[in-house]
Amino acid sequence: MYNKNNTLFIYCVFYFAFLYIPVLLLPIFSFNDSFHMVFPLKGFTFDWYIQMWNKSRLHQALFNSIKVGIIASVVSTFIALFAAKAFTRYKVKFHGLSYGAILLPFIIPEIIIAVALIVIWTSMGLKLGLIPVTISHILFCTPFCMLILISRMEGFDKSLEEASRDLGENSFWTFWRVTFPLLLPGIIASLLLAFVISFDEFILAFFLSSSDQTLPIYMWSQLRFPKKFPHILALGAIIIIVTSLIVMTAYWLRNLGQGKKKDFSIGI
Amino acid sequence: MNSTIQNIYFRSDQAKAYTLLSPALILVIFAMAAPMIVMIFTSFNTQISMIEIDRTFTTGRYEDFFSKPIFSMLLFRSVKISFFVTLLTLVTTYPLAYYIAFYVKKNKMLWIVLMTLPFWTSYLLRVFSWRVILGNKGVINSALMGTGMIDEPLGFLLYNQAAVIITLSHAWAAFAILPLYVSLDKIDKSLLEASYDLGNTKFETFWRVTFPLSLPGVIGAILIIFIPTVGDYVTPQLVGGTDGRMLSNMIQSLFGRANNFPLGAASAVLMLTTVCLIAALVTYITKKVSMRMS
Repeated sequence: MYNKNNTLFIYCVFYFAFLYIPVLLLPIFSFNDSFHMVFPLKGFTFDWYIQMWNKSRLHQALFNSIKVGIIASVVSTFIALFAAKAFTRYKVKFHGLSYGAILLPFIIPEIIIAVALIVIWTSMGLKLGLIPVTISHILFCTPFCMLILISRMEGFDKSLEEASRDLGENSFWTFWRVTFPLLLPGIIASLLLAFVISFDEFILAFFLSSSDQTLPIYMWSQLRFPKKFPHILALGAIIIIVTSLIVMTAYWLRNLGQGKKKDFSIGI
Repeated sequence: MNSTIQNIYFRSDQAKAYTLLSPALILVIFAMAAPMIVMIFTSFNTQISMIEIDRTFTTGRYEDFFSKPIFSMLLFRSVKISFFVTLLTLVTTYPLAYYIAFYVKKNKMLWIVLMTLPFWTSYLLRVFSWRVILGNKGVINSALMGTGMIDEPLGFLLYNQAAVIITLSHAWAAFAILPLYVSLDKIDKSLLEASYDLGNTKFETFWRVTFPLSLPGVIGAILIIFIPTVGDYVTPQLVGGTDGRMLSNMIQSLFGRANNFPLGAASAVLMLTTVCLIAALVTYITKKVSMRMS
């Protein structure tokens, strides 16, 4: 539309720095040979990475997080897939109401969901742990997955499904042979992003995990001790790199086969 | 087709749709609605010992909430902080979304990806990083002292409400950039040309055409940032200090050390009520404003 605007461009560069400096600071200090995160940097070391490797509680927490993340992402993608099909292929009665209800867990403050779940869980006499954490993550991830899948379903030609039905396929085979392959990039994107959300989620796990720590809870427990802190930086650096790669893959998948129509609605 | 057959057909379509929706609705009912109802019931109970709760109905916890000034003060502060976070985030990201929508020609997708990528990397670590930036021995202070601009570290950077507002604004930027960008990008460019042809300046065009048309994105961003940040726990805990404590920190201690589940539940109920009222107000005002504009 417009040609050039240097002031705005410079502003964008500054904002970009504001966004990235806090993220990049941690990897930089993870190689710094000091307990304190202070400039100037002291010296280069791999010690914190080696220390991280030897923490057995960290391994347990990582394993817990991966377990919860995989279950939460698979289940919420499944639930979201059905819901997305309903919203895009049928004129649902009370559309606004059901749509709003499903999106609600994503919008209302997480701490309220955490409180509600801890209250019902303990009042039923059940033990806190990874099960309520997983349930809460499924609840929290489903809206994200549904938004991703809805935009993917809106993105392809419905007549392909109709053609399949006209050629005599029933609805199961139409789904399996036409809809599913077309949706697959969106489904994988949904799995990846839901996993990242669950893996990173703090407050629900903080309330509900009890002694079964997930990775963010483990990091939280170490933040207070300066001596234990550097290995969290090393862990953080790895998390930042791996999640960035996963998210970029998901972005790329989402737009795969979408032609010119690019989708920016990710996560919103 | 006569109307009865149509009716049956329609109903069976609804049946199919709701079968597909049922897993999601069951999830919301059992994992959110039911727990919330139990939470509301619990807020009318009394904690009598570490593990025992007296289930007789009482409004005592709400009386506790309103009789101890700290609670209302924390609720008010949570709302105030979220208000400033929303404002700051909108004001700082609008130019960015505007630039990407109107000036960037190639690789818009890349810009969006780069602007939203930090959002996906560990929230906890990003917040912690701000503590490192703003702290007494932090990046800003050590840089300023290293260059000799100050002798003593600036103590006012960390552990206050401003630190909470900046950190939250950084954490939620992606949630403003996306809706703003989407609504700005949708604007029909010929409307802007028409505005110039009618003799409007760039500023007038922005104020009379572009900005009103971007309002849906602005409202989306307001709701999606304001509502969740009212209940944020991590940021006030890590960078807020006593001055930046929010209601969530109090709620967490009621479920932890203070061990008063009913009072914690009552606080959560009041937080939710406040948030709903404000969200309804924002939606109502926007409807009025957009009706007047059109």
